[in-house]
Amino acid sequence: MRRPSRLVLTATACVMGAIALPVYAGSPQDFPQVERGRYLAILSDCASCHTVPGSNQPFAGGRPIETPFGNIVTPNITPDAETGIGSWSDDQFEAAVRKGIRRDGSRLYPAMPYNAYTKMSRDDVLAIRAYLNTLTPVRNAVVANTLPFPFNIRTAMRAWDALYFTEGEYKPDPNQSAEWNRGAFLVNGPGHCTACHTPKTFLGGDKTDQYLRGSYLQGWSAPDITNDARLGLGRWSKEDIVAYLRSGHNRVTAATGPMGEVVTLSTSYMTDPDLKAIATYLKSLPGKIEGPAQLAANEPPMIAGAAIFRDQCSACHGLDGKGVADLFPSVGDSSMVRSDDPTTLIRIVLRGARSVGTDAQPTAPGMPSYGRQLDDSEIAAVLTYIRNSSSAAAGAVTADQVSKVRRDTATRPD
Amino acid sequence: MTKRLPRKDVVIIGLGWTGSIMANELTDEGLEVIAIERGPWRDSPTDFPPTYIQDELRYRVRHELFLRPDQLTFTFRNKMDQTALPIRSWGAFMPPNGVGGGGVHWNGEMWRFLPSDFVLKTHLTERYGAAFLPGDMTIQDWGLTYDELEPHYDRFEYLCGTSGTAGNLRGQIIEGGNPFEGARSRPYPTPAQAQPFSHTLFGKAARDLGYKPFPQPSGNLSEAYTNPLGLKMGPCTYCGFCEWFGCANYSKASPQTTILPYLVRKPNFSARDNSEVIRINLDKSGTRATGVTFVDSSGQDWEQPADLVILSAYTLFNVQLLLHSRIGQPYDPVKGTGTVGRNYTHQTVSTVNGFFDPKKFNFNPFIASGSIGMCIDEFNGDNFDHGPHGFVGGGYMGQVQTGGRPIESTLVPPGTPKWGAAWKSAVKENYLSTVKPGTGVHGSFYAYRDIYLDLDPTFTDRFNRPLMRITMDLKDNELKQNKFLTDKFAEIIKAMGADKLAVQYRTGPYDITTYQTTHLNGGAVMGTDRNTSVLNRYLQSWDVPNLFVLGASAFPQNAGYNPTLTVGALAYWAAAAIRDKYLKNPGRLIDA
Repeated sequence: MRRPSRLVLTATACVMGAIALPVYAGSPQDFPQVERGRYLAILSDCASCHTVPGSNQPFAGGRPIETPFGNIVTPNITPDAETGIGSWSDDQFEAAVRKGIRRDGSRLYPAMPYNAYTKMSRDDVLAIRAYLNTLTPVRNAVVANTLPFPFNIRTAMRAWDALYFTEGEYKPDPNQSAEWNRGAFLVNGPGHCTACHTPKTFLGGDKTDQYLRGSYLQGWSAPDITNDARLGLGRWSKEDIVAYLRSGHNRVTAATGPMGEVVTLSTSYMTDPDLKAIATYLKSLPGKIEGPAQLAANEPPMIAGAAIFRDQCSACHGLDGKGVADLFPSVGDSSMVRSDDPTTLIRIVLRGARSVGTDAQPTAPGMPSYGRQLDDSEIAAVLTYIRNSSSAAAGAVTADQVSKVRRDTATRPD
Repeated sequence: MTKRLPRKDVVIIGLGWTGSIMANELTDEGLEVIAIERGPWRDSPTDFPPTYIQDELRYRVRHELFLRPDQLTFTFRNKMDQTALPIRSWGAFMPPNGVGGGGVHWNGEMWRFLPSDFVLKTHLTERYGAAFLPGDMTIQDWGLTYDELEPHYDRFEYLCGTSGTAGNLRGQIIEGGNPFEGARSRPYPTPAQAQPFSHTLFGKAARDLGYKPFPQPSGNLSEAYTNPLGLKMGPCTYCGFCEWFGCANYSKASPQTTILPYLVRKPNFSARDNSEVIRINLDKSGTRATGVTFVDSSGQDWEQPADLVILSAYTLFNVQLLLHSRIGQPYDPVKGTGTVGRNYTHQTVSTVNGFFDPKKFNFNPFIASGSIGMCIDEFNGDNFDHGPHGFVGGGYMGQVQTGGRPIESTLVPPGTPKWGAAWKSAVKENYLSTVKPGTGVHGSFYAYRDIYLDLDPTFTDRFNRPLMRITMDLKDNELKQNKFLTDKFAEIIKAMGADKLAVQYRTGPYDITTYQTTHLNGGAVMGTDRNTSVLNRYLQSWDVPNLFVLGASAFPQNAGYNPTLTVGALAYWAAAAIRDKYLKNPGRLIDA
């Protein structure tokens, strides 16, 4: 009698154990959930950070993300049991994505935008999980924390979370339209636009009073994306915003650098209603009134800049600076040109840039590097000129600013 | 040891204009296509940036974009009783190399051939009698008509955004266009380019003399354009750096601006650059291609098996690869047998430079494009009665000056010393007041029994294969034609108000050392009779039906126009035949 009962007990223990193990509860057959998760993963642009650029192993992690405190290497989020998230429970996955808590209970660094992803619901996040679980598991062990002391002490992030992190899913504003609310959810939640476009405190938290007013990261200045007429999207129509996000190009400008990657991997796959919702929401954000006065055309850098522009720039951007829609950006109408932080502007002239090719706009034109044939004062002059030509007005760019970007970008990969 | 790659549906040899067109058409059909290109990958913003592409020394003088003769060259002789020697520096023509091929560095002239050009032998024989043609002339009909090719001309024009003024819209002659052109189904996609001073003055002088001048159809665009593949082109800036150069402004039609950014996004397209195809492989029967063998830059041999082989390299390389692969019977001019290498032709160009009073004329020659110009077509093809003149053929002529690039543009009037202070002074005085049309007279080049391509008996390449031998000379018919046309052209330059003319006729013997055009044609010609053609009317090999050979190598003889538009139209024509006929029933499209 005893032997069979032991066998039964053992078998029961196995079953019990299996139930008790904290595993994934979704079903790979649940097509609606998997499909919803796939789209949410696009909205959240997971692939961008969790894939080494150019590799054929999406979501396998290993990409170093540059922060002001050092590099953080992204983890493997394929369902590999040992090196990925295959053995994570749903609760553990949700805690990481929505609360910034690692599986061992310690804190994630906010390079992972859990402060934005928290606006998604638990169901949303578990749908992403369900989608990720359908991928081919990739064995790729990643050493995530490569920060120097003292930033390598994760417990410090408890204090950071207390200062800058508010948990909770998005609560619609009943006074706004459904489209506006969808846009607000996308921008502040999965789209995590604030990560790049909201200025940061010295601790890396959002300066909430300057929400989406433009910031600096990884050698680029991200522009103001409020409805500010001078610096932001004030002169863009909603259609301009939709065209930019869908195709990487519009009548004014083109996406390059980190935003080019966002377009390639995320926004070009968003639905039209979602792109329109984002446009509606961004256009509702008020801009500043004040701005600098236009520099006089007879100031020496303006005279020199006008000559350099005519000689070097006008072939593509036109003598009137208006460029060609969807091909050569309009330096007259681009708000990036007038940005308070001219880093991106300087960088593009120094090093050149290439817009992203999309199905809607496959050409992907490029701007050559002028770093060899224009010196820092010449670049400063031509940028000062285009920042103050036609109706535009913005502060002069100095040769020192150009020198700094030249130094900072000298060894960066483009 | 040769490594074998996974089989593809289609292998394309050479990723220039025709390779790109065919790759795009066949990937649209769902086929797995790989293109193998001998030269490097080239892309507009990285390879032709406006910061340095306008470098005449690097690109014009030092031949930056062209094949290096060290990698592969040809031997040349004028006559069959001479010994051919290798070409060690390119002269009469510039063999392209790299992705985009000649489409990168061309001028962008986009001419349709005349309807009579496609039935040349029949037309001339009917009008003048067979005895009017020189005895050794081997011209023949193409096997297709202008009307059959028209939709494909139209497709290529709209792919490229061609700027021009229609002269014959569905049979209606339109003022300001070329009244001699065949009927076109649609106007040009964009208006003609604006014309600078000297080009405008030529138009006026020609009109005053009773001709009907029109703007040259241009692949350098007058305005921004979105082509049917969704690719964007910018307006030409008239910088005057087209021929020999890539375009920095996305203004010149090329595979880079009109096809490749779209093509490379397709998952069923792939390409290998820096890989030279050395052989088309055949099965034991010798009537079916099994793929190609190529060599990469490490010297490794690779076999790429494929069901369909598209040979779409430059004229000379097409013929050479057929000879090296033992496809078709090599042409023997003595016995009059064989077809591969037969009916090889070039172009007959000449010019007249006009020197004007510097006090009255400032032509500002810097403002131009590669296909700018006002032209007349009265003396092309059979647009005029050849009876009294004793020759056949003709060409367009015009002020088609492509720029004022300083190294090439130091013209001085006849009689000026060739060096020293007087020469310098004359260069300075005449720089802005000289009309230098370049290929102002653009004559046809008809085919002859003893002008041909074959394998050299002495010289070999780096793979120990025989070099290909060019036997090429100018015949009395072409010299007479050129004399007649150049004199007519000189009259117009004179009527513009030139004080002095430098008339530069094309003279024999054919000179391999000075540039004429890169319009080499024939050697693997299309036709209706397999005894006088390598390809049938669909550009399908008579001998190996799963091989199609694209490019000007298919021209039975050359017309008095630049060839590229016809080359592109034939690629679309062949692609349509493959899509509509061949894929449904792979085999001979025409019974041999």
